[in-house]
Amino acid sequence: MRIELVKRKEHSHLMTVLSPLLAVVLTLLTAALLFALAGKDPMIGLYKFFVEPLFDSWSLQELLVKATPLVLIAAGLLLCYLSNNWNIGAEGQFVFGAICGSFVPILFPDFQTVFTLPLMLFFGILGGAAWALIPALLKVRFSTNEILSSLMLVYVANLLLDYLVRGPWRDPEGYNFPESRMFSDAAIMPSIGLGRLTIAAPITIVVIVALAILLSRTLKGFEIRVMGESPRAGEFAGFSRGRLTLFVFAISGGLAGLAGTMEVSGSLNQLLPVISPGYGFTAIIVAFLGRLNPFGILIAGFVLALSYIGGEAVQSSVGISDKISDVIQGMLLFYVLACDTLILYKPRLVRSRRVGTREA
Amino acid sequence: MFEAVLLTVITAATPLLIAAIGELVVERSGVLNLGVEGMMIMGAVVGFGAANLTGSGTVGALAAILAGMGMSAIFGLLVLYLATNQVATGLALTILGLGLSGLIGEAFIGVPGLKLPRLEIAGLSDIPFFGPVVFNQDALVYVGLGLVAIVSYVLFRTRAGLILRAVGDNHGSAHALGYSVLKVRFLAVLFGGGCAGLAGGYMSLAYTPQWVENMTAGRGWIALALVVFASWLPVRVVAGAYLFGAVTVLTFHAQAQGLGIPSQFLSSLPYLATIVVLVIISANRRLTLVNTPACLGKPFVPDR
Amino acid sequence: MKNLLKAAVAAVALTAAVGSAQAADVKACWIYVGPVGDFGWSYQHDQGRQEAVAQFGDKLETAYLESVPEGPDAERAIERFAREGCNIIFTTSFGYMNPTLKVAAKYPDVKFEHATGYKTADNVATYNSKFHEGRYIIGQIAAKMSKTGTAGYITSFPIPEVISGINAFMLGAQTVNPDFKVKVVWANTWFDPAKEADAAKALADQGVDIMVQHTDSTAPLQVAQERGLHGFGQASDMIAFAPEAQYTAIVDEWGPYYIHRIQAVLDGTWKSEQTWDGIAEGHVKMAPYTNLPDDVVAMAKETEAKIAGGFEPFTGPIYDQAGELKAAEGVTLDDGAILGMNWYVKGVDDKLPN
Repeated sequence: MRIELVKRKEHSHLMTVLSPLLAVVLTLLTAALLFALAGKDPMIGLYKFFVEPLFDSWSLQELLVKATPLVLIAAGLLLCYLSNNWNIGAEGQFVFGAICGSFVPILFPDFQTVFTLPLMLFFGILGGAAWALIPALLKVRFSTNEILSSLMLVYVANLLLDYLVRGPWRDPEGYNFPESRMFSDAAIMPSIGLGRLTIAAPITIVVIVALAILLSRTLKGFEIRVMGESPRAGEFAGFSRGRLTLFVFAISGGLAGLAGTMEVSGSLNQLLPVISPGYGFTAIIVAFLGRLNPFGILIAGFVLALSYIGGEAVQSSVGISDKISDVIQGMLLFYVLACDTLILYKPRLVRSRRVGTREA
Repeated sequence: MFEAVLLTVITAATPLLIAAIGELVVERSGVLNLGVEGMMIMGAVVGFGAANLTGSGTVGALAAILAGMGMSAIFGLLVLYLATNQVATGLALTILGLGLSGLIGEAFIGVPGLKLPRLEIAGLSDIPFFGPVVFNQDALVYVGLGLVAIVSYVLFRTRAGLILRAVGDNHGSAHALGYSVLKVRFLAVLFGGGCAGLAGGYMSLAYTPQWVENMTAGRGWIALALVVFASWLPVRVVAGAYLFGAVTVLTFHAQAQGLGIPSQFLSSLPYLATIVVLVIISANRRLTLVNTPACLGKPFVPDR
Repeated sequence: MKNLLKAAVAAVALTAAVGSAQAADVKACWIYVGPVGDFGWSYQHDQGRQEAVAQFGDKLETAYLESVPEGPDAERAIERFAREGCNIIFTTSFGYMNPTLKVAAKYPDVKFEHATGYKTADNVATYNSKFHEGRYIIGQIAAKMSKTGTAGYITSFPIPEVISGINAFMLGAQTVNPDFKVKVVWANTWFDPAKEADAAKALADQGVDIMVQHTDSTAPLQVAQERGLHGFGQASDMIAFAPEAQYTAIVDEWGPYYIHRIQAVLDGTWKSEQTWDGIAEGHVKMAPYTNLPDDVVAMAKETEAKIAGGFEPFTGPIYDQAGELKAAEGVTLDDGAILGMNWYVKGVDDKLPN
């Protein structure tokens, strides 16, 4: 007995709605089973993991805070992946962007005007874009594989940050501990609401809307999609593959750099040896979970953030280990991906394998 | 001195080598499995546990292989039979592996491991220089090199290898010729999983005989990088793994000599070196394009 | 599959019936930077938590979050505990310093304790241990036992705690052998067993016969064991991993401090303080001296007793690498100078980043 996929004539609209629901149900069942195996009350566990964070204003704000950088980075990655450019070094672009955005408040602490923050964000975008252009240029000029070079540059950016924070940018009043000086108020993202939510969240929404328009309404969007689906046809139409590679990498790096600067400015208020809990890698999952669609990644970012916040909640309140949260997160992704298959294909159970069916 | 350094480099390179040669076969069949780290860490914990419970390092190594294969089977089912996105599924596999290994390993924390016996070949290991370097290593070092030789032979000298490469280069044609693309790919994925598991087992059984969470510390990603670095040629995987190991080990020697270079710069050398070598190789189009599996990462669903 | 589902449903029904635990008098919460299974830094803190649980029984409720990365996630994790009714929160890594202060400002009724930092507030205390006291002792042992007169020293990051550790080790060694040498290697990680093993092998190949580490895994000691060298455990007693190689280990004992501070909350006597205790108070313990001749054990125990009696290893004369006098004969460096140390004593063959 085996499973066989039959391609549907067109997308199943029913399944587009049903598949995420099915994935959620499967995840809940798995989670309940895991909680029970760990000797905890599955109902309380499920409630704390998946429900409470959605009905508590503090948790909701934290969800948005966590989702913001993920969505912003994934938005840039989306352009790359749609056009067949495999940038998996967004983590490095996030970090290098944050470094570039932070030199203003660290090296010029007395420069405190209304221009301070915009200047930081500008340099952050520039830095991220520059870091992303390295693999892009290597790809265009030497056809160097961008998966590898962008990934290697993640390690380099992290070590550079480490060097700066422990060396030249160390806080002069910090007793030689590895941290930069704290940013002045002028260099900190204005907050909205009572918690840690800053204007980074609305900025991200604007970016998503702009991206959706770019993709659906402009020639550039058309170019990206054509070059992704059929590069040869695109070249006949006069599009340049090299220039497009540079373009999507620059945008994607710029957005990652923006996310990095906003995170450092809004959340940490200083540079530390570690500034990202793997945002750049998680954003890759967000991009695919969101089906490479601008509004899809908005939802996907939120779901992933929930899996972190909920995981913390069950760990702290019910005592369920964070490894179980990891397992649930992994299973959630598997279920979502597997259920999405139903949108495009119809699975069929084939009972026997007779010789000659191939011709049938 | 040189001999001792070489010994260290070889052990440092072996887990990378074993995991990378497995992934190379997977990618040659047209599948990109980014879950190497997750499969490795599962191999590390299951291998350690099995060796600990049975008292046999060999059982441990076999269990590590099975653990890696089990993980890769999940990946294979999703990616091949449900045509899910390979990049996302692979990343999910890594998350799952890190969590699951932590759960399984809770019982083994703080327990000293078994050390795999060295394979001392009587007489030969006593030859100066060549003796220790060539004939006095962990058994798995030879297994790793043996795997490279076998993979190299099978890929380019046998019919099975031809089919595998055909499936990776043009799955449409391979299917039309009557080969089961999915079955070939599934077997390749299983092989890759077994290798990744064994590489993880090497870490917890031979390299540093112990279990601690996250002990593979990103080596799965390096193995992935090595495959591209090697432009999908088995022999270059060996060169890449040894080069990476050598740069890592030599930076420590440079430090111990008190050269006074910032250590972060030295630590970033292996990564920078990888990029530089990659640029040099890829600038020569003839070397790379020929070997890149054309269908890498593209799902295949048989039409009927 | 069906059976699995059935099992899940049954499990749900069964465990839903179990009631929740009774409320305790005080709730203490911990934030760990690594997994509790690292058998190093976070593991030792969790051992301390468990000692507190054993001590207080039903009166104490505890919770912890592990593998909380320093960075944006830390503040959320700490605030979560403050909101969930923790009376006292221990944040056990340097990178949690500013997030701890931020959350503490918002929750004035909750007590916060930050390990290894230097900033305090009305409801934020700090605590750390004088690890350098143990390093002074192992320096003496190393100089006595080394045949090559050179030790290898695997380190993580150039923070004051690590640097003062290297210096104390050197000062201890110099009391035995003024020409003792140390080769310092920065692994740039607290925890990566394979990389630490690589560093240890490189040092062994450079001719050191004593392995000292300020990273958290047992890998360097295992290398020492394999190569027939000797070394010292870090954070916990690692004798099981290196039965013939370990001379002793510098063990972090957080339990007594946690019990003391939780008791203070129960008694209503908690105050913001900066605690920096060592061998005398039982915060730093030496694992049993093994694989050593009797006279060396006697020397080590004597030094341990001397430190417990109030001797500070950083007592002059101390010269820095340039030969400048940092502390005159009989003068002791003050706490601030040790806690913020960024220079090497004479004899260390390494350069610090500026």
